Amino acid sequence: MHLYILRRLLYTLPIIIGVTIVCFSFIHLAPGDPISAVLPENASADLVAEIKAAYGLDQPLPVQYLKWLYHVASGDFGTSIMTRRPVVSEVLPAVANTALLAITAITLSFTFGITLGLAAGFSDRRVTDRSVTAFAVVGISVPHYWLGMVLVVIFAVLLRGLPATGMGPAGTHFWEFGFEDLRHLVLPALTLAMIPSGVLARSVRAMVAEVRRQEFVQTLKGKGLRRPRIFLHIVKNAAPPILAIMGLQFAQLLGGSILVETVFAWPGTGFLLNAAIATRDLPLLQGTVIVLATFFVLTNLAVDILQTAIDPRVRRT
Amino acid sequence: MSATVETGNVASTPRAAPKRRKTGGFWRRVARHVMRDKLALVCTVVLALIALSAIFAPWVAPADPYKTSMIRRLLPPLSPNYILGTDELGRDMLSRLLYGGRVSLAMGISPVILATLIGGALGVTAGYFGRHVNMAIMRVVDVFYAFPSVLLAVAMAGVLGAGIFNSLISLTLVFIPPIARVAEAVTTQVRNQDYVEAARATGASAPRIIVQHVLANVTGPILTYASSLVSIAIIISSGLSFLGLGAAPPIADWGLMLNTLRQAIYVAPINAVLPGAMIFAASVSFNLLSDSLRTAMDVRA
Amino acid sequence: MTDIDNREPVSRDFDLREPDTREPDSRDRGGPRQPILSVRGLRKYFPLRGPLGTINAHVQAVDGVNFDVMKGETLGVVGESGCGKSTTARLLMRLIEPDAGSIVLDGDPIGHGGITLRELRRNMQMVFQDSYASLNPRHTATEEITFGLRVHGMSSAKARDQALASLRLVGLDPTVFADRYPHEMSGGQRQRVNVARGIALNPRVLILDESVSALDKSVQAQVLNLLADLKERLNLTYVFISHDLNVVHHVSDRVLVMYLGKVVELGPVDRIYRAAAHPYTRALFASRLSMNPAVRVGAVPLAGDPPNPVRPPSGCRFRTRCTMAEAVCAVVEPVLSDIADAHQAACHAVIPGSGHSQAEAIARAA
Repeated sequence: MHLYILRRLLYTLPIIIGVTIVCFSFIHLAPGDPISAVLPENASADLVAEIKAAYGLDQPLPVQYLKWLYHVASGDFGTSIMTRRPVVSEVLPAVANTALLAITAITLSFTFGITLGLAAGFSDRRVTDRSVTAFAVVGISVPHYWLGMVLVVIFAVLLRGLPATGMGPAGTHFWEFGFEDLRHLVLPALTLAMIPSGVLARSVRAMVAEVRRQEFVQTLKGKGLRRPRIFLHIVKNAAPPILAIMGLQFAQLLGGSILVETVFAWPGTGFLLNAAIATRDLPLLQGTVIVLATFFVLTNLAVDILQTAIDPRVRRT
Repeated sequence: MSATVETGNVASTPRAAPKRRKTGGFWRRVARHVMRDKLALVCTVVLALIALSAIFAPWVAPADPYKTSMIRRLLPPLSPNYILGTDELGRDMLSRLLYGGRVSLAMGISPVILATLIGGALGVTAGYFGRHVNMAIMRVVDVFYAFPSVLLAVAMAGVLGAGIFNSLISLTLVFIPPIARVAEAVTTQVRNQDYVEAARATGASAPRIIVQHVLANVTGPILTYASSLVSIAIIISSGLSFLGLGAAPPIADWGLMLNTLRQAIYVAPINAVLPGAMIFAASVSFNLLSDSLRTAMDVRA
Repeated sequence: MTDIDNREPVSRDFDLREPDTREPDSRDRGGPRQPILSVRGLRKYFPLRGPLGTINAHVQAVDGVNFDVMKGETLGVVGESGCGKSTTARLLMRLIEPDAGSIVLDGDPIGHGGITLRELRRNMQMVFQDSYASLNPRHTATEEITFGLRVHGMSSAKARDQALASLRLVGLDPTVFADRYPHEMSGGQRQRVNVARGIALNPRVLILDESVSALDKSVQAQVLNLLADLKERLNLTYVFISHDLNVVHHVSDRVLVMYLGKVVELGPVDRIYRAAAHPYTRALFASRLSMNPAVRVGAVPLAGDPPNPVRPPSGCRFRTRCTMAEAVCAVVEPVLSDIADAHQAACHAVIPGSGHSQAEAIARAA
């Protein structure tokens, strides 16, 4: 078991290195000079060379990469071109905000999705099954940014009950546990929760239905076990893959919240990404992407290991 | 001493070529199953409507999608001459939606097609040759798989710059890893079957075996998986346009329309959400259709 | 009945012969006394990788196998699961590369300046066990057969004719079966297509790896009869691998017994079945149940499972389950030696001068 963890870690390492290489190459993929945003117009060749040297852009690529990697590993993501502040100080609060949104959304979706999935899986009525399936399909097909807009239309424009944008009154950047801020959290969290709910509802329903069909359930019934205990047995068997899916959805949310954050002007990493792209602030872009990607990889790793710990059948050598 | 012939008649001459009537072709069986599924049929009709109206937009659209009119801005649906109203620059919504279908659908389907070709080739190669080739290819694929899709698409598009072509590249890059993974898994499975061993036993070269034996058996699952990606592609590509990273104004594109109409959400909420409804419709239909395709493939005659 | 009996003219590439013809095969290179296959020192170890990807140990699947296959015979190969029979088959066909050893086809070594792999494949083919996956589910019977022919340069039209002729030879009416898919055929019919694919290239040796094991008994009988018929008419040599002792008895001329990657006994079928020398062979045959309900088997002749092929026992590999094991068996590995006319065994108890107490007794009695 520990060997498996070690092996997985060793396997993840080259992946992370690969991720850093890809992130590093962002700067050089961008058309035009990387420092064109910093340069004044009609800069002399000397000035250009000087600034390039200052940014370390005159060195050969592998050297640049290693230097950059060293900085990143020690927490220095460079300076944002736009705000002139360390990228780290921009990214971390944004991550916190996104995490808040993601955790709320995932909790909502777990509750909702699993309940629906269980209801459909255990019920024998076609109506329940059909409606849950319909919900699931809608959930995974809906463009969540559009859904956000629809919810805004319904609740903010028509009903005027909830705020349309922002994280707090007057667009604050720090979240407090107040009623006002909670109101701001509702719509974005609901929007984000839609897709995972759909995925979970569908998966839970399928897993439960499959486990119920298996012979050992018939055996349990034959032994005379009462329904709640059978329920428990079934859930225990269906749980491991569902947990894996939950973990993966959470990871996806962390990485993919940009669209919803844009709709609601939620000051999270997605919003930051947007700003970085709009102003061609490449250090900020790099920093944000690296942080998000690393989170994603680590969450996936954690899910993998957790799944092996829980489900003895999944033993990938 | 001899074995009995298991069916009736003996051919009169040994060279009588039997009638070339392939009874249960694989795709024919799949098509038959899909057509029997009512829901899938409805989806096909819906998709056909959307696609056809998009393709024939120049003939079907009631007005010029680029013609602005400052006095007729943000008219609500069911206004005279403008069935679905107008957008924030006074252009006819219906025409914009129809023309937008061309861009949005193309942007959804093209990356998936490209990614299927590239990712499929990578995955089949990795799956057939195994060991070192497999490791080399799949490790690189895994690096890109380590990024969340939306993030990768946005980052690539952000780096390369806005525009339809660039977002096409980003999306293709996003879809290559999952397709390559599926292709590799299926190919590895097929590779270990006895009939592939038998093909190797005839002394055939690897490319020949791949083309004539392996491909026919892996395209099914790969295509089914790819078809389930189309709906995601449409959503993400429209999402890119929504962020301003895809199609640029004044091109009609559903995602872009959502973006520009968003500012008018308090004034003309229905107009603002219409483009998204189209994205939704297309996405749901593709999803249901690919679901039906998957169940059809699982059915062995 | 069938038109096989009617000797209808078939494609010229099938060199059908009357059972009692003395016309020599044009491909014969060494005459009837030269073995068609000569295997020496065949070895294949499969590496086991540890959690970090390094090689820890090896599964000794096939370890130093020697035997000859004579022209026109059926050599039966028997043994428990995991003894290495299927691996040996694949090594012969070069579907797996051996770690060591040589294979000589009718006097010509394979590789190293002798026969190329391509030529080998024209001379030796394999018939697989009927699983659903022994035939490509997307290919019709004809397509499956013509593939191999076209690989070797035959034109499509000629290949199709040859494929139809093969189908006819195995008893399948081409007008019905030519364009059928595997899922449209029964197990027996699929297996006939398997055989047709095997003989289409006109090989001299056919390796049959559990080819009838998955069929119903009645169908088995039909296919076995077909194989016997084809052997005569096409002048084939068979290597027949099976775990079914009764079937092997029925079809083989000689029998090779394998255990844990080694050959333990080799000899004429009647001798092996009635008076086997090696204790493993004897135990194997003693475990066959009689059709006569009055004959009961009391004790279990062979207890337990075969030992781990990764770390086989020292000396004789069978000693851990052998009732006659002695000290010498753990120290010295018995070599496959002649113990009688055309009969070889690898057991200290029957090889004179080995140090085993029973061997002394034989030497004294002789």
